[in-house]
Amino acid sequence: MELLDKLNILADAAKYDAACTSSGLDRSGRPGTIGSTTVAGCCHSFSADGRCISLLKVLMTNVCVYDCQYCINRRSNDLPRTAFTPRELCNLTLEFYRRNYIEGLFLSSAVAGNPDATTERMIEALRLLREEYHFGGYIHAKAIPGADPLLTHRLGLLADRLSVNIELPSAQSLSLLAPDKKKEAILAPMQQIRDGITVSRQELKLFRHAPRFAPAGQSTQMIVGATGESDRQILTLTQGLYDRYQLKRVFFSAYIPVSSSPLLPAPQGFQPPLLREHRLYQADWLLRFYHFRAEELLDEGQPDLDVRLDPKCCWALRHLEFFPVEVNRDDYEALLRVPGIGVKSARRILTARRAGSLTFEGLKRLGVVLKRAQYFVTCSGRVMAGLRVSEDGLLRRLLTLEAPTLAPPPPEQLSLFPSTSERKEFPHV
Amino acid sequence: MSDTQVCCRYDGSFAGFLCCVFDCYVNHWEPVEFFSDWDERLSLYPEQTVSTRRAEALRVYRSLADRLGPAGQRLAARGFLTCLEERELWLWRFIRKGYRQGPSVVRELTDPTVDQILRAVRNLEHEAHSLKGFVRFSQLGEALVGEIEPKNQVLPLLRPHFCSRYPQESFALYDRTHRKILLHQPAKWAILPAEDFQGGTPSEQELYFRRLWRSFYHTISIQARYNPKCRMTHMPKRYWTTMTEFQEDSGVSLPPTGHEKTGPQSGPIHKVFPSTPPVSDASSHRDTDGPIPSGSHRNRSAIQY
Ligand code: SF4
Repeated sequence: MELLDKLNILADAAKYDAACTSSGLDRSGRPGTIGSTTVAGCCHSFSADGRCISLLKVLMTNVCVYDCQYCINRRSNDLPRTAFTPRELCNLTLEFYRRNYIEGLFLSSAVAGNPDATTERMIEALRLLREEYHFGGYIHAKAIPGADPLLTHRLGLLADRLSVNIELPSAQSLSLLAPDKKKEAILAPMQQIRDGITVSRQELKLFRHAPRFAPAGQSTQMIVGATGESDRQILTLTQGLYDRYQLKRVFFSAYIPVSSSPLLPAPQGFQPPLLREHRLYQADWLLRFYHFRAEELLDEGQPDLDVRLDPKCCWALRHLEFFPVEVNRDDYEALLRVPGIGVKSARRILTARRAGSLTFEGLKRLGVVLKRAQYFVTCSGRVMAGLRVSEDGLLRRLLTLEAPTLAPPPPEQLSLFPSTSERKEFPHV
Repeated sequence: MSDTQVCCRYDGSFAGFLCCVFDCYVNHWEPVEFFSDWDERLSLYPEQTVSTRRAEALRVYRSLADRLGPAGQRLAARGFLTCLEERELWLWRFIRKGYRQGPSVVRELTDPTVDQILRAVRNLEHEAHSLKGFVRFSQLGEALVGEIEPKNQVLPLLRPHFCSRYPQESFALYDRTHRKILLHQPAKWAILPAEDFQGGTPSEQELYFRRLWRSFYHTISIQARYNPKCRMTHMPKRYWTTMTEFQEDSGVSLPPTGHEKTGPQSGPIHKVFPSTPPVSDASSHRDTDGPIPSGSHRNRSAIQY
């Protein structure tokens, strides 16, 4: 088969994975090698669906012995099947990298034969790339659940980031749709990777040249909307994953119908829940950068995020007693809770108010989105001039601010939020 | 207060601008306009032609670090690379304010002058960051060759990134807007003015990899998530003109430039590689924007962007 056809098949098979980031690690290039990485990551292009292209995202092979219902590569699906040879993959990566098309490689694989054999083939390709081609760019590799821990360890020594997909937000859904995969089989490598990273960090403190195991950390992803879990379940799980496995990122991937299995939503007329995915990412940012907890955002009485309004506004509306926040006095934590104030603008407020007291005009200069924030802050005890609003009025006004985002056709117009790219700027949520 | 209002005419370089600052202070001028040598406009104010002297430029540059702090110095140097309208005037106000006030000037985030410059610098840095990803190289002969059309002068900011990324490669990156070129060979680099630039004809192999990339680019997009608006937000159309994935190959390289601005003059560089490019060696890096060689990072006189 021609390389072009292989590339098409194996990129097509890999594209449903949401992660395409190249962040988390600074490594400058060294003479005699090619490639570097930067901690902020780097988007090299954006595809027509608005997602960041940072890495050459492909499968080693799409030949699979498993039959996960939600997956395009499942055994029972009638598709052309192929595999890269390690050398083909190395050449492609290197030539793309030299032309600055990509920041590195995201290598995943379907399970051809068994998890061990699959992992060994991935290791062979990555070893070649690192040792023979002296490639110093970013490598994200997918650990295959069920593989020998020793193999996973070797994979982690070659890659910068490892990930194991949790696939679905609950064990029940998993056993229903992916009978070959067990929750334990997924969590075991996650745990191993976490421990590997911890040990490697400690060793690096002692010996500068200690081997580095997944230095850019680990991530995971789950499919949203294929099964019936609530946002609360999803966010609680997400928070648990951050707490327990020290993940760098949890990715959500709105289910795209790829199968007519009766266990899944019928493909006819199914709209991928893109807006829901977007709200989940916003909530995820609140967990990671705004010091929110999942239980603050959702509870039994309110198990799902309001798709009409961003989760921070929703929280603010339910906690009006917390406001107004005084921008000239209140601390960083309080500022972060204000809709319209992001991580950057909160930091700028702290800096700027040391030089003199802030006015609404000044807040605008600092990048605060006053359209939102005006309802929730005071400047030296004063509210924004001309502002009078009742509680219902407040909800209505905040909804109108979101209206452009929600205008028909609803899910397709989202662009506020770099959901699949880890960009440097923090969005105002 | 009683300073005479003048228009400064200088050579358009950062060193030249620093000399303007020097002369304005020494002669009690109040600059209201800055024109570059090749600027054909005439000023209503008395024109002062400021010559570029390395020693004075260096003195002012050092004084920026002393009086405005390293952050203030960096802001001034980067500010000069931005496309902010009347940037020299804004920088003059910023520097004057900084001389009076000291290093705390960089924390005056709500001051109109500081705010203008911070915004412009953020815009420059954002553009440079985007271009780290959006630059496309072609293998032409022995070298990698790329072209960009940035709004700001991003080459000094892109330079460390690409030199670190490709330590073993010979590459050239041409800025069509400002007519400057970044040249790199293992352990050497330079940024030089270049009036014209022609890359050369791509080989079969080069065309093949472009085809592979375009094919990957289209395959990786998910139809059911089609969202051109989002793509445009992250990657505005103005970048597309130099990106491989949006071009068709008819055997030619990148499309020709479409603007007529005249910049600093210099001899055309028609073929940069493989004939030995005018690259100075690693110990004396040359940056035509700086009054001072910007090679060693410990050297206090080197301009750090
Ligand atoms: S094991 Fe992976 S590739 Fe194979 S069917 Fe399941 S999800 Fe798809």
